[in-house]
Amino acid sequence: MTHIHLSDRYRNGVSVMHRLDPRVKVIITVLFIVSNTLLPDGAWMAYALSLGLVTFVCMLARLGAFFALKRSFVALPFVLVAITVLFATPGQTIAGWQFGDRVLLVTDAGVTRFFSILARSWLSVQMAIVLTAVTNIPDLLHALRHLRTPPLLVGVIGFMLRYLDVLADEAMRLMRARDARSAGGGGSLIWRAQVAGHMVGQLFVRSYERSERVYQAMLARGFDGRFLTVNPHQMHERDWWALAGTVTALALVQAAGYMLRM
Amino acid sequence: MSAITGHIPSAQWSLFGAELHIPDGFLNLPISIVCWIGAIALIAIAVQRAQRTLDERQMPLMGIMAAFIFAAQMINFPVAGGTSGHLLGGVLAAVTLGPWAGILVMTAVIAVQALLFQDGGLLVMGANILNMGLITALIGYGLYRSVINQRPAIRLAVVGVAAWLSVMGAALATSLQLWLSGTVALEVVIPAMMSVHALIGIGEALITAAAVSFILRTRPEIIEAGAQRSGLDRSWVIGGAIASLIVVILSPLASADPDGLERVAEDIGFIDLGQSAPYEIIPDYTVPFLGETPLSTIVAGIIGALVVAVVIILVAQALRSRRVGVRG
Repeated sequence: MTHIHLSDRYRNGVSVMHRLDPRVKVIITVLFIVSNTLLPDGAWMAYALSLGLVTFVCMLARLGAFFALKRSFVALPFVLVAITVLFATPGQTIAGWQFGDRVLLVTDAGVTRFFSILARSWLSVQMAIVLTAVTNIPDLLHALRHLRTPPLLVGVIGFMLRYLDVLADEAMRLMRARDARSAGGGGSLIWRAQVAGHMVGQLFVRSYERSERVYQAMLARGFDGRFLTVNPHQMHERDWWALAGTVTALALVQAAGYMLRM
Repeated sequence: MSAITGHIPSAQWSLFGAELHIPDGFLNLPISIVCWIGAIALIAIAVQRAQRTLDERQMPLMGIMAAFIFAAQMINFPVAGGTSGHLLGGVLAAVTLGPWAGILVMTAVIAVQALLFQDGGLLVMGANILNMGLITALIGYGLYRSVINQRPAIRLAVVGVAAWLSVMGAALATSLQLWLSGTVALEVVIPAMMSVHALIGIGEALITAAAVSFILRTRPEIIEAGAQRSGLDRSWVIGGAIASLIVVILSPLASADPDGLERVAEDIGFIDLGQSAPYEIIPDYTVPFLGETPLSTIVAGIIGALVVAVVIILVAQALRSRRVGVRG
């Protein structure tokens, strides 16, 4: 029986990073991503420093230095889109091909820009991976609530995460049943799409009915629209230090990005 | 089954559809901030409207429906040559739950995909919410609402068309945001994105129409209830029609003549926002006394975003006061 564990994005552990206030962890991650976005093209030294920062945070979290690196290839398909800058950025031509009457020229500025986009994106993904790995879901939701996300939306996300595994399993069962019936193929494309559509409809109805049952059960247990927590978040001294350290490190990265441009 | 076993869902997602989740690093800061401000305004309005039109069952319903959209995106169907298509779900959510709840459900899906699966970025999440939440709900619900009293066959056909258009609209918006950030070349990305998504959109149309027809046959009252949850019905129809028209007119135009689009953008002065590298964002896009520093860019970005926010608030208030006027 296949089963999907979505909650294994979190790595249980005891570390400085795990203990930090979840709000601080979210803010650190966003600051890091903003810093990457602000770095100019070709600031290789600053990218290297940022990579050092991610590695350092991974080690602080006791995840192993290359934890984020290993998981960070999810954003790669999108790179295809950025390939176009290779040809479109004005600069010194370094290679070219001719297709009929069209000429495709790769410029040095284009290459720099392409790899810079790649580096900035890849660094950002890594820090987001660390955030997910050291913050469990209830803490993450709590942080979102404190960071002024509308309570309704946080509640919706909370319910979503609670039932994600259940409905993912339900979807897998539907797909297994389809495979058993049709061995994964056959029919025309339209027919296959229609079968998938009916499965989606089936899943919708089952989910909808489940939400009705869930709500009845919640009412029976005295739900009054509020979620309570026994885990009040308080800023400790270490949280302030972590914030100060992040801001300082990112300021250095920015300085390196603008001064040590090669 | 072995392809799925042991993998997280997003990792085995086909390339199809992945192009619409922009990762961090692909949009520059001003564009990211402007999109976030728009998304925050949208979420605030959607929360307010959803609370007004849904009963207290809303939270579990929307939460489980968000999980449903996530799970439904795993249901793939083989297309050809080892590729497979799957649902994006924006139109299905808007048609079945009403547009405001649909927007919130899609926002939750996008947030979880970014926070837990790094499928789409955090800083660019505002853009992803506008592309996959607002545009799909606007086109999907707007067009569907205009034929709500017609025969089921017509309704399903319109749902299909709306699903296709919504994918095209999201792809168009994504391309424009990337281009304004200077990440892609317009003359390549528009034809490429639009032709790939024209195909993806067909899958979306077939699955969405089949799913809605299934629900109409088994639990028709759910869809009827969803349709009653919109409020501002005429605005949705008009908004959907306008958005559809923009997609229909702009996509072929941009594909055939990207230089034309570029010229228009240049005339409006919009192009300066991105085109160049994020740091030379244009002389106008820096604050004079700060010089050309990152700080200046940030301040300029925030000023620009505030202007957009004021415009959005004014428009929202105009809509609301008109609504009150109609009621009074």
